[in-house]
Amino acid sequence: MHNQSAALQHDPWRLESLDDLNKLKEQLEQKIDPDHPEIVVCHGTGCLANGSEAVSDAIQTALSDSGIKAKVIPGIKTTGCQGFCSRGPLVLIRPQGIFYQRVKPKDAGDIIEKTVAQGEIIDRLLYKDPQSGEKIVHEEDIPFYKLQDRKVLHNIGKIDPTNIDDSIIAGGYQALAKALTTMTPEKVVKEVEISGLRGRGGAGFPAGRKWRSALQAIEKKGRPVYVVVNGDEGDPGAFMDRTIMEGDPHAVLEGLILGAYALGAEQGFLYVRAEYPLAIKHLTIAMEQARAYGLLGENILNSGFSFDVRINRGAGAFVCGESTALFTSIEGKPGNPKPKYVRSVEEGLWGRPTVLNNVETWANIPLIIDKGGEWYNKIGVSHSTGTKVFSLVGKVNNVGLVEVPMGLPLSDIVEKIGGGVPGGAPFKAVQTGGPSGGCIPHSLKDTAVDFDSLTKAGSMMGSGAMIVMDDTDCVVDLGRYFLRFLEEESCGKCMPCRFGLSRMREILDGFSEGRGTQADIDDLLSLSEAIQDGALCALGSSAPNPVLTTIRYFKEEYLAHVESQKCPAGVCKDLITFQIDPDNCTGCTSCARKCPTGCISGDKKEPHTINADECIRCGICRESCKFDAIRVI
Amino acid sequence: MADPTQYIDDLLDQYPPKPEYLIGLLQDIQEHQGHISYDSMLLASEHTKVPLTQAYSVATFYQSFRLDPPGEHEIKVCLGTACHLNGGQQLVDGLSRKLKIEPGETTEDMMFTLSTVNCVGACAIAPVAVVDEKYHPGASMRKLEKEMKKVTELSPDKIKGEPNA
Repeated sequence: MHNQSAALQHDPWRLESLDDLNKLKEQLEQKIDPDHPEIVVCHGTGCLANGSEAVSDAIQTALSDSGIKAKVIPGIKTTGCQGFCSRGPLVLIRPQGIFYQRVKPKDAGDIIEKTVAQGEIIDRLLYKDPQSGEKIVHEEDIPFYKLQDRKVLHNIGKIDPTNIDDSIIAGGYQALAKALTTMTPEKVVKEVEISGLRGRGGAGFPAGRKWRSALQAIEKKGRPVYVVVNGDEGDPGAFMDRTIMEGDPHAVLEGLILGAYALGAEQGFLYVRAEYPLAIKHLTIAMEQARAYGLLGENILNSGFSFDVRINRGAGAFVCGESTALFTSIEGKPGNPKPKYVRSVEEGLWGRPTVLNNVETWANIPLIIDKGGEWYNKIGVSHSTGTKVFSLVGKVNNVGLVEVPMGLPLSDIVEKIGGGVPGGAPFKAVQTGGPSGGCIPHSLKDTAVDFDSLTKAGSMMGSGAMIVMDDTDCVVDLGRYFLRFLEEESCGKCMPCRFGLSRMREILDGFSEGRGTQADIDDLLSLSEAIQDGALCALGSSAPNPVLTTIRYFKEEYLAHVESQKCPAGVCKDLITFQIDPDNCTGCTSCARKCPTGCISGDKKEPHTINADECIRCGICRESCKFDAIRVI
Repeated sequence: MADPTQYIDDLLDQYPPKPEYLIGLLQDIQEHQGHISYDSMLLASEHTKVPLTQAYSVATFYQSFRLDPPGEHEIKVCLGTACHLNGGQQLVDGLSRKLKIEPGETTEDMMFTLSTVNCVGACAIAPVAVVDEKYHPGASMRKLEKEMKKVTELSPDKIKGEPNA
């Protein structure tokens, strides 16, 4: 990692006031020439996995090798996820804003010698719009970015997350300084109430109302009160919170400090999934740097307000995303949820009043305090204000992270920003809300994406995973997938979840193996009802949602499994057969050599055949065939 | 290591003796020794004043804790939704067949541990497999077999032949 910037560029000194912060900002800005070339390499998880570290290293080497033929030495910056993950590794050249995609280490020399030194654009690295076929030079002209409204993600991809100075130049900690110098804690709560901000973790409970209840609980019980960040992003298919924590840790921290100021908390906790080591690292660096400036810790900005934070690493339990389970985990115990007869704002961590909000919710707070609740309230639609970050994944061209105002039609996100399904067919369904959510079919593609409209369609906002499915994805298989996931993750404390989910999964297993009956579908529905009513926590009671929505919208597909023992999508192994298309098969023997059961036979250069009785439908033949000759029937 | 328990003493010093620090302490121990042995569990439970049975209850509740030593190399297959739709389960099945172990198990020669993870948050590059902390985007059996061969050859106490062929 390029951590030379982790150390501050100058001697840190404690900031004592808003003026100090502004002076520092000015000084830092003066050092920067906006026309100075800068090469920005995305170091988000997707780009890193695609080799962006080798790219930034190669650029560094190319720069030293070039003997600085370039008149000015460009700066090299590595940032958090820029969002357009499917085109990674991404490289941005400033100040022109030239956007290069799928960059390889061997392109580094050209980038330095052609683009940086001579301003020449390298055609092969440009993004080509699949619809118009046109090559696009600038980031802001690419449809994927053009239609987004990046507010929470605003700094991500622009700042170096390991350098607080970068964040301060971008306006970081302004909201905190403003609140501490010009606003009472009550005023901060009021602004959050006016903003209409609803929790981004899933349920969409209004954040302002939660804070108000906590204040009422404090009146009754006194302090201490705790503020907690829920960074246990366990929904499979979701990486919004990861990106925010990795790419702009200061936004989360600043939001949390603001919350602590509003509620009078002295101690906060960041509960972060252990699977996110980079997020933990960046948050830790952010905390150290904020402490050095006096923006965290004792007597923040000389206001008399003191507050500190500790990081708790999750240990791999999905249920710990649930508030009461998360609290017991911070207390050092197994993460079992508790019944919520008393709400956690009243009795949370160690029985004290506690405000728990999700990462994205906290990252919205500085925006609200900086620009005002009224301003925020006008973004999005009534009852669902602001923007929402989604991870757009699955069978969609532009996989990545998108931020849009609430209330945008689903089709705009999937088709306009996401570029639709590869191959151009309409999407089959979009799964939102993870294991607690549901599938929205193509017929409802105009559904507005906000809390209430999604709930009405039988799904939910959830934390923001949006998984696009096409005709080759089976809804029965998806239902089984989520049930198996929840069955494994169930903490086992309550009966409906512990046994009910297993029973539901067994029924779906039957469907996918051709043993299902009509009566089983009815059983699924009544079991679902029992689990919804009887489970102890929200993870259990929402668990039947994926199955319920798919039965609601894709009943024929269930019936095909039950009545004619067919899987129309060609996924359920026991209901499909692999065959070789003799017209396409060239007899290259590649599949026969790789088949683990040796069930493919044929002479060289002659079409091969698969012995269906021995085939285990592992799909290795299809993977190894270069001539698209393997058919699933 | 001169004194295998020295690092545990150092770790214990970093944590106040309170039950709330048990999880963090166990995580650090596992990071050092790859798993949590009975002896280190005993030290951790005594230090944080958590009864040993309850410390085990914590260690067995959370998926990331390992009570047995892992193999030299770990292959983690992501089974998040995007990876599932793109064939993550087929990778698990294929690796299981190849290594002759189930997910969560280690090969007899202690070379590979196969595990699954519920989403590593890298959905854009599904299906993902993580071999010794290195992400493999768009993983396939072919690519993983190559990688397994590579890491086996790099191993200091190299095992003869193909990885568990």
